[in-house]
Amino acid sequence: MALYLLRRLIGMVPVLFLITLISFGIMHLAPGKPTDAAMAFNPKASLEARQRMEALYGLDQPLAVQYQQWLRRLVRWDFGRSFLDDRPVGEKIAERLPITLTINLASLALILLIAIPLGVVAAVRPGGLFDRLTTVLVFIGYSMPSFWLALLCLVWFGVALRWLPISGLHSLDYESFGLIRRALDTAWHLMLPISIAAFTGLAGLSRYMRSSMVEVLRQDYIRTARAKGLSERRVLFHHGLRNGLLPIITLLGLSLPDVIGGAVIAETIFSIPGMGRLLYEAVMARDYPVVMALVTIGALLTLIGNLLADLAYAYADPRIRTGAEPR
Amino acid sequence: MIGALALLVAPILEASSESKPVTGDAIVVGSIGDASRLLPILATDSASGDIVGLLFNGLLKYNERLEIVGDLAEAWSVSEDGLTLTFTLRPNVRWHDGAPVNAADVRFTYEKLVDPSVRTPFSSGYELIESVDVLDARTVRIRYREPFAPALESWMMGLIPKHLLEGQDVNTTPLLRKPVGHGPYRFVRWKTGELIELHANPDYFEHRPSIDRYVYRIIPDTATLFLELLTRGVDLTSLTPLQYARQAQNPRIERAYQKFRYPSFGFTYLGYNLQDARFKDVRVRRAISHAIDTQAILNGVLYGLGSRATGPYPKESWAYDPSVTPEPFDPKMATVLLAQAGWEDRDGDGWLDRNGQPFRFTILTNQGNEVRRQVAELVQQHLKAVGIDVRIKVIEWSTFVHEFIDKRRFEAVLLGWNLSRDPDLYDLFHSSKTKEGEYNFVGYANPEVDRLLEEGRRQFDRQQRRRIYQQVHRRLAEDQPYTFLFVSDALPIVSSRFRNVVATPIGIGHNFIDWYVPREEQRYRALLQP
Repeated sequence: MALYLLRRLIGMVPVLFLITLISFGIMHLAPGKPTDAAMAFNPKASLEARQRMEALYGLDQPLAVQYQQWLRRLVRWDFGRSFLDDRPVGEKIAERLPITLTINLASLALILLIAIPLGVVAAVRPGGLFDRLTTVLVFIGYSMPSFWLALLCLVWFGVALRWLPISGLHSLDYESFGLIRRALDTAWHLMLPISIAAFTGLAGLSRYMRSSMVEVLRQDYIRTARAKGLSERRVLFHHGLRNGLLPIITLLGLSLPDVIGGAVIAETIFSIPGMGRLLYEAVMARDYPVVMALVTIGALLTLIGNLLADLAYAYADPRIRTGAEPR
Repeated sequence: MIGALALLVAPILEASSESKPVTGDAIVVGSIGDASRLLPILATDSASGDIVGLLFNGLLKYNERLEIVGDLAEAWSVSEDGLTLTFTLRPNVRWHDGAPVNAADVRFTYEKLVDPSVRTPFSSGYELIESVDVLDARTVRIRYREPFAPALESWMMGLIPKHLLEGQDVNTTPLLRKPVGHGPYRFVRWKTGELIELHANPDYFEHRPSIDRYVYRIIPDTATLFLELLTRGVDLTSLTPLQYARQAQNPRIERAYQKFRYPSFGFTYLGYNLQDARFKDVRVRRAISHAIDTQAILNGVLYGLGSRATGPYPKESWAYDPSVTPEPFDPKMATVLLAQAGWEDRDGDGWLDRNGQPFRFTILTNQGNEVRRQVAELVQQHLKAVGIDVRIKVIEWSTFVHEFIDKRRFEAVLLGWNLSRDPDLYDLFHSSKTKEGEYNFVGYANPEVDRLLEEGRRQFDRQQRRRIYQQVHRRLAEDQPYTFLFVSDALPIVSSRFRNVVATPIGIGHNFIDWYVPREEQRYRALLQP
């Protein structure tokens, strides 16, 4: 097991290297320069001033040199400074991460809380009324454009009913609130973004849950459990669910990078300064250091997520744990 | 009903001062973009500019009639030969930390502007300076190598604090995030991507601003921003023409807000590649101008919220020559001019041709500007009517600038210029400014205009300059290197609880420190005790 882990970890290094190399290349191939936003087509910025600015950011160096410099810093876990505002990239990410994590973890928890029971119950009678109803419901959520749903909810809950705020994370006088009021204020502001993310994300997990449960419930040991006279509840949630959860574990592992990645559209509509907008704005401004940092972290998390999923799978399924090494 | 009436008469009443300005309340400004660096010499985006403008002042400023007047400078003079500017600072202006603002700060600001290691795009305006001498704590003398009239505008740049920045790397100083200024507002907090908050500076040299708190909220989506207006979550923002003309007719908004409208400094134009054999001929350019129905474009795309441009200056500019009339919409005239230039429909296919080649060209414009795309489509229609086949290509901004404009790979472009209040157009139309990356990319060359543009820069006297730039205006209208299309209006909307808000040629913000909210209408609690 330890050897397997080590081998997998070492195998990640060249993959990660390749990913950064390719993203670096693509990012620099895209037309435009980081200095464009401030200086291109600005009659007050002369040609010489622009060239000098490019030199100050090291953009006049050959690509290979730029990549080497970036790599050298990365080894020390230094992502450099943003071209946009000259702040350390790490600081910019650290500032955005908590809110994105909060929203993503809360909506993931909400999804799990709803999707698992939904899938299990639907699996009891596949094709039954409940199954068909939930299928329609989750697919409505899945296929509905989230920006449209978000705007509808804003118009209804925010403008017509005045129950929820339109945008932002905090009320204006947040700083003067006590601890409890602050928590309530934040929850009030996050209610819509989290619910919408959960509603639109419900389909995947609940469908996986349903189909894997349908599979499990056909197994002999379920029949045995029922024959033993166990209660239906115990059959479903004790014997059935444990096995039915296996694919969900894989899915959760794979969704690790999503937990730190933000949804640009939702963040834009609700005016939430999260990771999605950070990446989007960095790409649009050709802010290479920020883009590269986010791509690298995303790639790293994807690789780790894969590994974790494999490990968790091995842990949950004794056949994998004790049997021959996978692959 | 009464509310609506009060709204109508408010602008008239405020002139006769209905009540005494009181302090208190907050203003919530909605912006689609966040600031990036809050130091005047590094503030390049408009959000940073908005905030920096409230925290810092320059030596000079424009008043509401677009005249140059002293700001931090109590007195200033230009020497006879135009080579020396002398500024005397007001006494008793203090930085927000209590240190006095003095002449050494002026010199320091200049040094940082021209320091090659400082990442400022504004250095070009200061290159002609020979020396900046501090004569005493309040007097500074600036010598130029040649007379340079736009220099006055360059001294509207906010001063930066020498005592705090000396010995620091200006590019990465913590003051970029926590600025210390000397303006009407002081910095309080900045939550990235969320909001920036400022509080009134009780020691501001003019007088303490009436509105206690200034909250700049970042709301990147225009639809959301509009919903915030419906719930009065935002007090000041700018509208798109569509929002102004249609959506803001909503009674909820009409009741709670006042809309303003004034021409922006800038224009939208169709620019020709003058190296192209077809566009070299002024008759062709004039014909195209005659064939385009600018009024239809204004009505259709801007909902009438703009005005026809006759040249590079809006009516509000003192350089505008009222005697220049726009080329009237006259397709017949266009046909005649085109025929004179050799373009006629000889093969009867509906398109004009010359030497067997049909008149076909492509208009390039940049992605992300809906107005320009729609204008291009209307131009296409109008030119089709006279037999010119126009194609439209919409290209991502960076590619557009570097691959097409810089490399001259275009036939015609649909673009706009936002100009400063000084009428100097050297960079746009002087024949020396045609290198890759410079802004006379259409390749306009007229020795007379060259001479006028050079002279305009050397001349400080407003009357003399007016004569020069009005001539430039006339020449450009005759030569039509661009078809000048329109000047669009700035469309701010302000909560009607604010009084003293007046639209002037320079906008509504020039007297912001005098805006106030009557006690009974205040919405946010005051943080500061007077």
